[in-house]
Amino acid sequence: MKDWEYRLAEHRGTLTALAIFVVMFIIYTANHPAGFTANVIQTAANKGVLLAFVAMAQTMVVITAGIDLSVGMIFLLTNCLASWLVVGSPLETAFGVLVVLAVGALCGATNGAIVIYGRLQPIVATIATGAVYFGIALLLRPFPGGSVNEHLADALTGRIFAVVPASLVALAAVVLLIWVPFSRSVYGRAAYAAGSSETSAYMSGMPIRRGKLLAYTLSGLVAALGGLFLTFFTYTGDAAFASGNAYTLFSIAAVVLGGVSLFGGKGSAIGAVFGALAFRTIGDLLFVFDLDPLWQPLFQGLILLAAISLGALALFRVRNRLEWFL
Amino acid sequence: MTRATERKQGFMRSLDPAVLTAFGCIVLLLVLGSFYSRSFLSPEYLLQQLKVASFLGIIATGMMLVVLLGQIDLSVPWTVATGAMMACAAAAYGPLGTTLAIPFGILCGIGIGLFNGVGVAYLRIPSMIVTLATNAVAQGVMVVYTGGFSPQDSATAAMRYLATGALIPGIPNVVFIWALIGAAMVFLLRRTGFGRAVYGIGNRERAAYLSGINTRRIVMTAFAASGGLSAFGGVLLAGYASKAAQSMGDAYLLPAIAAVVLGGTSILGGRGSYLGTVAGVILITLLQSILSVTQMPEAGRQIIYGVVIILMLLLYGRAPASR
Repeated sequence: MKDWEYRLAEHRGTLTALAIFVVMFIIYTANHPAGFTANVIQTAANKGVLLAFVAMAQTMVVITAGIDLSVGMIFLLTNCLASWLVVGSPLETAFGVLVVLAVGALCGATNGAIVIYGRLQPIVATIATGAVYFGIALLLRPFPGGSVNEHLADALTGRIFAVVPASLVALAAVVLLIWVPFSRSVYGRAAYAAGSSETSAYMSGMPIRRGKLLAYTLSGLVAALGGLFLTFFTYTGDAAFASGNAYTLFSIAAVVLGGVSLFGGKGSAIGAVFGALAFRTIGDLLFVFDLDPLWQPLFQGLILLAAISLGALALFRVRNRLEWFL
Repeated sequence: MTRATERKQGFMRSLDPAVLTAFGCIVLLLVLGSFYSRSFLSPEYLLQQLKVASFLGIIATGMMLVVLLGQIDLSVPWTVATGAMMACAAAAYGPLGTTLAIPFGILCGIGIGLFNGVGVAYLRIPSMIVTLATNAVAQGVMVVYTGGFSPQDSATAAMRYLATGALIPGIPNVVFIWALIGAAMVFLLRRTGFGRAVYGIGNRERAAYLSGINTRRIVMTAFAASGGLSAFGGVLLAGYASKAAQSMGDAYLLPAIAAVVLGGTSILGGRGSYLGTVAGVILITLLQSILSVTQMPEAGRQIIYGVVIILMLLLYGRAPASR
């Protein structure tokens, strides 16, 4: 196999997600009454970026062969916290942002510690920690409310040079500053290796525990970034259980659409970001085609079902029946 | 050694330390509760708790079957709601609908479960994903069907009788139903080829396949059973509240998984006993009841609930050290 072929195969999932997103977005803007304008793109970006952050957080855990069912609750918790702290003078606001991010990272690290050192299954452990994080969010905001530094919020949700949505720039910055260095670092490779085969990774002397812990911690941090942006968009904190659950669910859908293997060790957060943007765009297609919003949950469910069924196509390539049971 | 002592030893061996711990925790909870109020040890309170636990118990039975296979069923919330809503909807179609309400609700659940089963067993999609997706689709269908509101149809008299009546004075019907389902489950797991196959697949599906078990059909059947039991739980819940509601199933997914896992069933499959699940269900129900009796606000309840589950799992649900 030639070098470029190998590289193409490695990024196939990401490229497929990008292709799906581009096609969907073209259909979306072509049918949108306002067309391809800066306004339409800004609205779409602001909606998509939230899910993109949560999906990126989910990816970091999924590549270690884990799953984070508390990611939506970390997102809610940091939203509620931000609605208290990210206010006032620039200095206070900056302090608030730091605290919110630190709390997110702490939540992620807690998940990681329980899974790695407590040796519990990620799925059960994060269900339980999710309940705890939701409880804390509810403690912070029993009723929707609070406020946020509106200058910062408007700057980050507006447009740069009146064209480029600032939230997209922020998303790209996070990908470049957090995901790219992480995935190329020794710990990032260890997280991948642990997801691919923990025993082999251990035998090769990779720092799998620290790699996994870092993956969980960064996952919490990125989920907190999502929570911050939610606060910037809504100007309030709201501990809505259904919303947290939906984000967890959609993040898994985005990860699958983004070509990240749920068995771990394969895929990229960039793919998941495109998966998230594609998922949101598909959901919004209903509105441009002027259908009853009542159909949206069913429509999103069917898309999710179609996306995962694509994964089953690999069965046709299986030569030996025993490979079914991997 | 006499036969009696042999049997006794066999019985002691079959007792999982996890099950014993779970029962120990139940006693501990009751003792702690009785410090708060004497009524925690009264027969009325305990019977009431058993009644509340029955709904969770029926749903957890299906969940356990799936978890024993090493899979998970995350479609519980909307399978419960679908079962309840469809049974109530059938009741609106005259006398025939009223008669068939309960079977129809369960049948809808079995349909959802079959769909999950085909996805997991034949299409080899991870169960977590398939069941999440069917949950979303079931939700979508129900939202379209009800127009986004709780349906107006109410439960039939039979559903209400099953959920709230008492055929034998003193013992609520639901407890009786849970006992019947539990007995059937124990028989299935311990005395039939199907049960052995379930444990076999949970331990190593490849080995089970090679020893001639039709693993795919068994996995599919188990998911169908889980869907049917969830829907039946929903039908009974609708009877209890005398109508179905949008989010009635949301409160049952996490407790069902927690009950199964706290009862010592390995989430990786292949290991666990029904007695443990019973203990887990009672444990979760008591915990929820005590937290609500002490008038703890919702936030505090969620936190304590999560922390307790983590602590108990750390106590005995840990995976073996991997090297």
